Amino acid sequence: MSGVMVIGEIRDGKVKKVSLEAASAGSNLSRQTGEELTVVLAGSGLDPLAAEFGKYGADRVILLDDPWLAQYSTDGYVSALAALIHERKPSILLMGNSVLARDLAPRLAARLGTGLLADCTEIILENGSLTVLRPVFGAKAIAREQVSGGSPQFATIRPNVVSLTAMDPPKNAAVEKVTPQTGEIRTKVKEVIQKEKEQVDLTEAEVVVSGGRGMKNAENFKILETLAGILGAAVGASRAAVDSGWRPHSDQVGQTGKVVNPKLYIACGISGAVQHLAGMGTSRTIVAINTDPEAPIFQKADYGIVGDLMTLVPLLTEELKKALAHE
Amino acid sequence: MKIIVCIKQVPDTAARIRIAASGKEIVTSELTYVVNPYDEYAVEEALRIREKTEGEVVVISMGPDRVSEAIRTTLAMGADRGIHLRDSAFEGSDPYATSKLLAKVISGMEYDLILCGKQAVDDNASFVGPALAEFLGVPQATVITKLDLSADRKSITVEREVEGGKEVLELPLPALVTAQKGLNEPRYASLPGIMKAKKKEIKVMDAASVGMAPDEVGEKGAKQKLISLSLPADRKAGKVIPGEPAEAVKELVRLIREEARAL
Repeated sequence: MSGVMVIGEIRDGKVKKVSLEAASAGSNLSRQTGEELTVVLAGSGLDPLAAEFGKYGADRVILLDDPWLAQYSTDGYVSALAALIHERKPSILLMGNSVLARDLAPRLAARLGTGLLADCTEIILENGSLTVLRPVFGAKAIAREQVSGGSPQFATIRPNVVSLTAMDPPKNAAVEKVTPQTGEIRTKVKEVIQKEKEQVDLTEAEVVVSGGRGMKNAENFKILETLAGILGAAVGASRAAVDSGWRPHSDQVGQTGKVVNPKLYIACGISGAVQHLAGMGTSRTIVAINTDPEAPIFQKADYGIVGDLMTLVPLLTEELKKALAHE
Repeated sequence: MKIIVCIKQVPDTAARIRIAASGKEIVTSELTYVVNPYDEYAVEEALRIREKTEGEVVVISMGPDRVSEAIRTTLAMGADRGIHLRDSAFEGSDPYATSKLLAKVISGMEYDLILCGKQAVDDNASFVGPALAEFLGVPQATVITKLDLSADRKSITVEREVEGGKEVLELPLPALVTAQKGLNEPRYASLPGIMKAKKKEIKVMDAASVGMAPDEVGEKGAKQKLISLSLPADRKAGKVIPGEPAEAVKELVRLIREEARAL
């Protein structure tokens, strides 16, 4: 057992950012152990994607390239990856946390008979063992954990916790094609329903603009979308806004929604209940706009303005438009 | 249809979390517990399917004495019976050990469909659903927001939330699905429901009655180890920017860009 292996994820023909982050984290570990960093991609037509990982420290890229893996299926990916991992025996296995990882990683860990440290915000080696920090209890506590039984030591990394710096020059990663072990896929994809416009993925976004009860209706979210458009941001919502039917549940940030970890989180008309903080408390900079000066969000925000968001948000949009245009 | 729902009892999401002197546990003396919110969607969906097809909904949970309250809550919602996995040997279980235990119990039962919540809000692992499906060898669909049973009751079609949209999947039964918010609106237990629940069976099973050896369960069966728990760094309240809206916004943009360097 040796080496660090990273499972890369592809979406819409591109490598997901969180996969590059996982490769960076893996590269950092492999440098310390003096072992190889291998990135594995599963899918179809993968050749053009292999080079990307050299920039983030991969020594080797394995392509499990087969039409059978063109579309994600739990059965297909678990059997192809488990067979490869059995053969290569990495000591550490990493993956970026995502909806796909939440589906794949636990089942893969169960098949490999190993533990899984999910949604980690820090990954280090301690006396040679993979050691992680993970937010638990709605981010109200941080657990320090290790894999104590089974191999490989498996962890998934929360988006935006690893800062990405491309290596210059990139590593010349060896590309290896491996014929995947196939098996029965029991589930059948009947349809994929895309949202109308291509949005920035909420969990990976570097800037998130969120609205809460103070938005008053669905219509008013337009001003947040305009602001988000200027910033290349994703739009989120509090539970109150989702339960009022103003936004879909997929936009909800919080303990019963998504966890976001952006550089900048702008909370508009959100009071800041603990359940909301569970979903955005690790954001690097938090801005709050709220009419209520007593709102708990101001206790967590780096910057706040007390006032009417219907006035303040359009002003902020204009001001940012000007500021960003100067660059 | 025979339906099994796996639930977890977790601290109330509004609870304040304090760390015990051991540094490995939270202080539980003042905590109130609830059924994990995502598991409520799982229970509700199971009840709705049973209402259409007849059959039985069995709720299973592992944990100390207090867990019987969580099971009782689901019986009051309408579940038929409960199984409480309770043994001091189960202490220190991680999600892996829990999945193995559940798989052992369920492999001795008849079932068409297993439902779990997509994730427990306390340990944030989202492990048990897919791992249980693996140990039982059944197909899975996670984070589902819609479930339709086929006319012949041999398959289900589910909608699941994926990045950028939704995926519609068909699975042959038996299968395991994990519930996401949006699947349904869980009912509250009615007073007659609560009265009836008092008479419903909760079968208590320990390691021996499940057929697991003591070294396969709890800490000994675990694959991950907690080294310590700590509180997150407290965020300090920052600046509230005073002034007229236009001025305040100007200053905010300056601070975001020059001080925080967030843009």
